[in-house]
Amino acid sequence: MKPISWLKIAVFFASLGPLARLLWRYHQNDLTANPIEFITHSTGLTALIFLLITLGITPLRRITRQYWLIQLRRMLGLFAFFYACLHLATYVVLDHYFDWDRMIADVYKRPYITAGFTAFVLLVPLAITSTSGWVRRLGGRRWQMLHRLIYVSTALAVVHFLWLVKADIREPATYGVVLAVLLGYRLVRWLLSRTQQASGAAAQTQQG
Amino acid sequence: MLIKKASEIPSSEITPKQSYQNRRQFILTAAAGAGLVAGGWALKKLTEPEDEVSAGVKLAHNKSSLSTNETPNSLRDITHYNNFYEFGTDKEDPAANAGSLRTRPWTVAVEGHVSKPKVYDIDALIKMFPLEERIYRLRCVEAWSMVIPWLGFPFGDFIKMLEPTSKAKFVQLVTLYNPEQMPGQKDRVLDWPYVEGLRLDEAMHPLTILAVGLYGEVLPNQNGAPIRLVVPWKYGFKSIKSVVKIRFVEQMPEATWNKMQPSEYGFYSNVNPTVDHPRWSQATERRIGEFRRRPTLMFNGYADQVASLYTGMDLRANF
Repeated sequence: MKPISWLKIAVFFASLGPLARLLWRYHQNDLTANPIEFITHSTGLTALIFLLITLGITPLRRITRQYWLIQLRRMLGLFAFFYACLHLATYVVLDHYFDWDRMIADVYKRPYITAGFTAFVLLVPLAITSTSGWVRRLGGRRWQMLHRLIYVSTALAVVHFLWLVKADIREPATYGVVLAVLLGYRLVRWLLSRTQQASGAAAQTQQG
Repeated sequence: MLIKKASEIPSSEITPKQSYQNRRQFILTAAAGAGLVAGGWALKKLTEPEDEVSAGVKLAHNKSSLSTNETPNSLRDITHYNNFYEFGTDKEDPAANAGSLRTRPWTVAVEGHVSKPKVYDIDALIKMFPLEERIYRLRCVEAWSMVIPWLGFPFGDFIKMLEPTSKAKFVQLVTLYNPEQMPGQKDRVLDWPYVEGLRLDEAMHPLTILAVGLYGEVLPNQNGAPIRLVVPWKYGFKSIKSVVKIRFVEQMPEATWNKMQPSEYGFYSNVNPTVDHPRWSQATERRIGEFRRRPTLMFNGYADQVASLYTGMDLRANF
């Protein structure tokens, strides 16, 4: 096997770590006095961290020039979706026990739940179109446009966290800063490329 | 971990049967619903005891007819699931960090519109009134609840003794401010010290107590030692912990959460399933140890006793 395959396998099992930790704490009867809340927070935070890691791949591979890192991105993104599914399932099954009326009212009335639910919904098309077949079917450019939804989804996930806490916003704010850096990197690159294009165009005009 | 022989474990340390049954139900449902765990493994784990909680000093007390006959939560849950931001903002922080609080010597200063303003030593104060066990429901604004066997005395008995003057319309209580002993106060998460208040008639209601104990023993630090307020028909944050000052005032006093976020935390903070907190529906709650949510009761189930306090008031405006 090529070294990259081994790395992929290692990352796959490492990504199961947060779930393993939850199961271990369950096994140890260590899910706090309010296990449902603990599982909800734990899976939600894990999903957010995976979204941020996924967004970190592109800057990291460019800065380090380790272009093979791109091969990990799809898996990390799918793990973000996996933990988001667990988070939502915890809310639906454990927290509200299929009380749809109550949950619909929650999504409608409570801004933090509206934000979180939207963040999840936006991830669904990304997970569906994550296969190579879908990349081909959509065409690279359109696929890329669609997958920029992860920016919106992650921003909403941070807002979801921020609006949830009562007073101590330090933790969600930290993730907000990480997101701002990751998106800021892209913004700067985009602005630079525009400037380059403009100067390139200007140079061409002069030549002509 | 210290392994105790069964005979050495006081009954207060044993998780009530009900909680175990609920826990079992929760975990079984969790296993089935989320497909997380193989069933046999789950069942085996359920019967293992939880960690021990250190035993405190016993306090003599009488039973009270005002207690609910609902089954109290375990001492472990009551002492390890707390909002007490003076020791950190996570629920398990207080149990981990409250050891630095020194509860002796401790004084409670009575100030304001009373005939006899005075500074009371905590031990003298506790001896002034016979202690009662009051098993109360506690409903947190975050939509979880517990049943807690407090030991304490009616705040009203103390207030009568203090002889408030006709100017005393409200009472404000203040928590200790000491960042050395309360490390959470080093962060400006809230505007320290924590303050809370009641209207005088609410403070004098027979259900309102000053609690100094829990499960027959001295109050653990994380639960608000050495003395805290308990107002069972209001959301938990109203029941201020580790009180050092009681002030009788004419105007509605400042209250920490109310001041920080007035749109979310009213001064009255009566448990009311029909008035939602912007972030939590207040219609239902999760009793710690139970799997399914249960409907929240008006005034936390104490409506018969306290509704008359609010006759003619719009509880949507005065939430």
